[in-house]
Amino acid sequence: MAKNWTLVKRQGALRARANIVQAIRLFFIHEGYFEVETPHRIPAPAPESHIDAVPSGSWFLHTSPELCMKRLLAAGYEKIFQICRCWREGERGSQHTPEFTLLEWYRANSDYLGLMEECEALIPRVASTLGLREMLRFRGQTIELSPPWERISVEDAFQRYAHIPMKKALAEHRFDEIMVEEIEPHLGRSKPAFLYDYPGERAALARLKKEDPSLAERFELYIGGLELANAFSELIDAKEQRNRFLSEQAHRRSLSKRSYPLPEKFLEELESMPPAAGIALGVDRLVMVLLDGDTIDDVVAFTPEEL
Amino acid sequence: MYTSADLKKGLKVVIDGDPYVVTVFDFSKPGKGQALYRTKLRNMITGIAIERTYRPGDTFEPALLEEREMQYLYKEEHIYHFMDNQTYEQITITEEALGETNHYLKENLNVKVLLFTDKAIGVDLPNFVNLRVIKTDLWVKGDTSGSDSKPATVETGYVLRIPPFVQEGELITIDTRTGEYSTRVKE
Repeated sequence: MAKNWTLVKRQGALRARANIVQAIRLFFIHEGYFEVETPHRIPAPAPESHIDAVPSGSWFLHTSPELCMKRLLAAGYEKIFQICRCWREGERGSQHTPEFTLLEWYRANSDYLGLMEECEALIPRVASTLGLREMLRFRGQTIELSPPWERISVEDAFQRYAHIPMKKALAEHRFDEIMVEEIEPHLGRSKPAFLYDYPGERAALARLKKEDPSLAERFELYIGGLELANAFSELIDAKEQRNRFLSEQAHRRSLSKRSYPLPEKFLEELESMPPAAGIALGVDRLVMVLLDGDTIDDVVAFTPEEL
Repeated sequence: MYTSADLKKGLKVVIDGDPYVVTVFDFSKPGKGQALYRTKLRNMITGIAIERTYRPGDTFEPALLEEREMQYLYKEEHIYHFMDNQTYEQITITEEALGETNHYLKENLNVKVLLFTDKAIGVDLPNFVNLRVIKTDLWVKGDTSGSDSKPATVETGYVLRIPPFVQEGELITIDTRTGEYSTRVKE
């Protein structure tokens, strides 16, 4: 048999990837988190308008471990993390594979600002295990990792980079398009950037801001224009969560998308969840950034097309 | 019908009545947001490239292209005549639609003609064609001027650079993908 040269060439990247995953584990263990494993196959994924779960029998492969991890939080597990495979149907591009690796961590009695600080500590620590000091090169940009990182609200980002303001983009249903084409390329070019305070309707599981309930306490982390992580101050009002799920379900129906049963056990137990913050970080993308990979294909053992 | 989820490099679709081929494709999606399918497409008739971004649920009519084995017969003004090898039916293609492929069309050459809605829009050439050199400078043995190529005109009128040792009247092989000299044919 002929040797698979793609795999031969990828060995360096995959070894670095193994070191990165190891460094993430050590970071969280050192910070007093404990690692959990929750089922990949679940009966009811969170209904979100634009995230599609892959069916598995009459159940689904999870799109993130969020609901199960929040049930652990609700039972008093205060600092937990998980590194696991997730599936999202139809997502394939230079930065997406339909099966990918997520790092999620949750912390009771914290909020999204606390998570920003943890990101600022985690990523430089992981980078240092690869011999990267305070700088990294990604897509021709030199990015400085030392905190504090840039923080820019979604509204300000529209003001600064887009041709129309955020409210107008929402009204014209062009929020996502403008985000991808006009805003994202500018984010995190010289330092990683937190894009924060999303419109409430774009954050189905996030807590709304007390000062301005049209906004949600949600942020996304960008490095060199690439989105790496999504975080919230978690919504812990079970009644409001049910309403948000119902409206996401209605939106899915209007787009003729598959409907999921409501995650009833999660909704029941959410009542006892303490105030908390949680974040999902794409491990494949973190590896891309740290190794200056052009596409996600450079940092995975096999792409779906290679199977 | 295709939907935006079917988009990939090489897919052929109809836009405003013309056949287009997808030359660049990427899927992007802002966190928790709607997917966007970003493409570059080339008009298969005019060759003009365009950029388009599509959303989930957008639909496309597939561009159904037919390929038929035909023989090139002759040229009249700016019109090229071909004959279907199976049905002996004759069709014509304009010089414009042929683009640079007309450099290599020698009478009796077999090609694949691409048809879109029964209209011929171009030809697929063999990778290599043999053409006779009808005009080039003499090569003087022992020439040490250091020049490693010279211009030559082949029987179709196409001008290319060939090695100095190839003489007028000789048959050469040309790579149609690059338009360059490949070898000299021994007769």
